Amino acid sequence: MFSSPHIHGGDSIRKQMLTVILALMPATFMSVYLFGWLACLVLTCCILSSVLSEYICLKLMDRRKRSLLDGSAALTGLFVGLVLPVLVPWWMAILGSALAIVLGKQLYGGLGYNPFNPALTARIILLISFPVYMTSWAIPMPLEQAAINFYDFSACWQVFFTGVSASAFDAVSMATPLGHVKTALTQQQTVSEALASYQYQPWQAFIGLEAGSLGETSVLAILLGAALLLGRNLISWHIPTAYILTVALLATVFNLIEPDRYAPALFHVLAGGLVLCAFFMATDPVTSPVTPIGQLVFGIGCGVITWCIRTYANYPEGAMFAVVVMNCAVPLIDHYCRPRVYGR
Amino acid sequence: MQQKEIINNGLWHNNVVFSQLLGMCPLLGVTTSAENGFWMGAATLLVLLGSNFVVSLVRDWIPKNVRIPAYIIIIASFVTIIDLSMNAWLHDMHMILGLFIPLIVVNCSILGRAEAFASKNSVMDSLIDALATGAGFMLALIALGSVRELLGKGELFGFDLFGANYPDVLMFILPPGAFIALAFILAGVNILNQYSKKRADSAAQPNPSPQGQPS
Repeated sequence: MFSSPHIHGGDSIRKQMLTVILALMPATFMSVYLFGWLACLVLTCCILSSVLSEYICLKLMDRRKRSLLDGSAALTGLFVGLVLPVLVPWWMAILGSALAIVLGKQLYGGLGYNPFNPALTARIILLISFPVYMTSWAIPMPLEQAAINFYDFSACWQVFFTGVSASAFDAVSMATPLGHVKTALTQQQTVSEALASYQYQPWQAFIGLEAGSLGETSVLAILLGAALLLGRNLISWHIPTAYILTVALLATVFNLIEPDRYAPALFHVLAGGLVLCAFFMATDPVTSPVTPIGQLVFGIGCGVITWCIRTYANYPEGAMFAVVVMNCAVPLIDHYCRPRVYGR
Repeated sequence: MQQKEIINNGLWHNNVVFSQLLGMCPLLGVTTSAENGFWMGAATLLVLLGSNFVVSLVRDWIPKNVRIPAYIIIIASFVTIIDLSMNAWLHDMHMILGLFIPLIVVNCSILGRAEAFASKNSVMDSLIDALATGAGFMLALIALGSVRELLGKGELFGFDLFGANYPDVLMFILPPGAFIALAFILAGVNILNQYSKKRADSAAQPNPSPQGQPS
């Protein structure tokens, strides 16, 4: 280790957290455009309950209360909200944020000590605990078939607290592109048939006019936010680039070998939570490797696991599992990617 | 050793699960419900009773250098007896517990009690030790099974407690739930132990001297 004096970069945790929250704003606005008041309700509920959980944890553990205001809990809450489907009931939004803060972060020692991404940990626990709720996707408002009027506050209030009745369920929900293709493939259809029956349009997926978790649908909005993070040097290009390129490469190779069974690269990159995970989840400075080479390895690992889960496993989307699994490997990656000390 | 101390050690202070963290395989594998936990604990308790009894009886005749194989044979015979009896009279439960019944042979807490206690103590003490240790293990199995069944299915020993509207937290029935629930139970046990230790300490020193160094 080197001794002092060090030069302070002028950055604080608070400033960084606020920048990330600012970078998430395009995706947040997109989710509000797609799902109206219901998106606002889910996100507000997640942020409030995650700040509250943080407060309770800090109080129980006699920690400094000042870190409550550094914005990290609010950011985690926003992340949890953005990776949830919009039709989650109110108690699941609260439970998810509490899991992220308590299980994902504070039990490991608080900010900077968590081995796994808290928001994705919470999402995985919710997914394997309540698979029905976590795989029901509402039809977004801008689409013609939308059955719930998301721009009507009282209707959203009712959906959030009482849920959708089982009989109306099919009318208000639709499959995500990934889910649709997965189901179609198990029914012996080809990829192109599946995409045609979904009326899949790449530009629609790019802008985000499709079903999915609140913040994951719009690649455009996520890229806008990511540009801010990259410009401020909060993340480096290594992880997202390695991650997305690996998925694209694997998809292209297998698509060339057997186009009927393997979806093309463009579909994979634009679908699901890949881009959101690549830019915002996998780059979390706490849970990702520190060296550029380590980050490339990390990104490639995420890409391989994501593509394998999407293609071969039961779940249609694997980005969150990939990031959390690779989070486990970060200490190992860091150990083998240590930079050589000059002169030795 | 006082018999009260033996019982205390087996049930709580030296509990197989709560303080030794042994027997994890059956503990995490079969405790999807309180009932499964109970029968697994009962089977282990019976094997432990038998093995402690026999090992203590023959402890002076077993040569030191072959004692471990001898203990294993004794334990394996009792496991076979339990396995066949459960298959005959508790067939449904035997189907659920499956391979975990024969695997009691390799439960290190049983070999551990034979080696650490029964081979050095009288038959009576060994039987008490087996009862206490087995009951302690059963306690842990039932505790973990209850938590998992309660959260995962909203039931306890098959009785519906939370009503039909309870959303089953499937994770607690699946393997990750076993680890998470066990971790929280262990944390709870540690809090309890710390609390009782603090009380014992303050009871030992009712009036701390005013000149004492502030801690």
